[in-house]
Amino acid sequence: MRIKLLAFGAAKDIFERREVELNLLEGSTVSDLRLLLNSEYPRLKELVVYRIAINGEYSVEDSSLQEGDEVAIIPPVSGG
Amino acid sequence: MIDIKISSTALDVPACIDKVAAEECGGINVFIGAVRDATAGKRVVQLEYEAYESMALKEMKKIASAALKKWPIKKIVIHHRTGVLQIGEAAVVIAVSAPHRDAAFQACRFAIDTLKESVPIWKKEVFEDGDVWVAAYP
Repeated sequence: MRIKLLAFGAAKDIFERREVELNLLEGSTVSDLRLLLNSEYPRLKELVVYRIAINGEYSVEDSSLQEGDEVAIIPPVSGG
Repeated sequence: MIDIKISSTALDVPACIDKVAAEECGGINVFIGAVRDATAGKRVVQLEYEAYESMALKEMKKIASAALKKWPIKKIVIHHRTGVLQIGEAAVVIAVSAPHRDAAFQACRFAIDTLKESVPIWKKEVFEDGDVWVAAYP
């Protein structure tokens, strides 16, 4: 399945764009996505941490991904 | 009453205060987060704020709802700015009204502290010799 990833802040700089398309196996979880991202974009591992949001909600590592989900890479937030 | 906004233009502090004013409220607490001119002794030229807007609005609403549940407050406004900000400009305004001041102070403090932990907004500090996404790297 193809998913669209949104990248913000430091992650946007690492991806060198705001949106990236990725191919994932059916039934992939957030944890699977993280492994793939860390190998394709190793600079992500330099971040203090990054969270992954699915459809605008923070996910947990075993959340499963569905075709058409809006998935976002959330580096440490720094609003305010 | 909850009023949430993300704006790419200047925040209107008096308007935020007007929104929370109420006859039964004897206390209005306002927090303004402004752009500081230096970080760790280094001169800041400007800040750039970026938001994952749809999610940030949801998270800001959650904070406001939680504050209304937790303290006897009447109204809460949370407005955040995006884009390029100059020194002294308001990046965030939180206004809370309550019949008594204790609740207004506590809810306002909770709102800014939680916003800084959970709302997907990022700031880039621009120095004279480069820039950095705040808190991103160790």
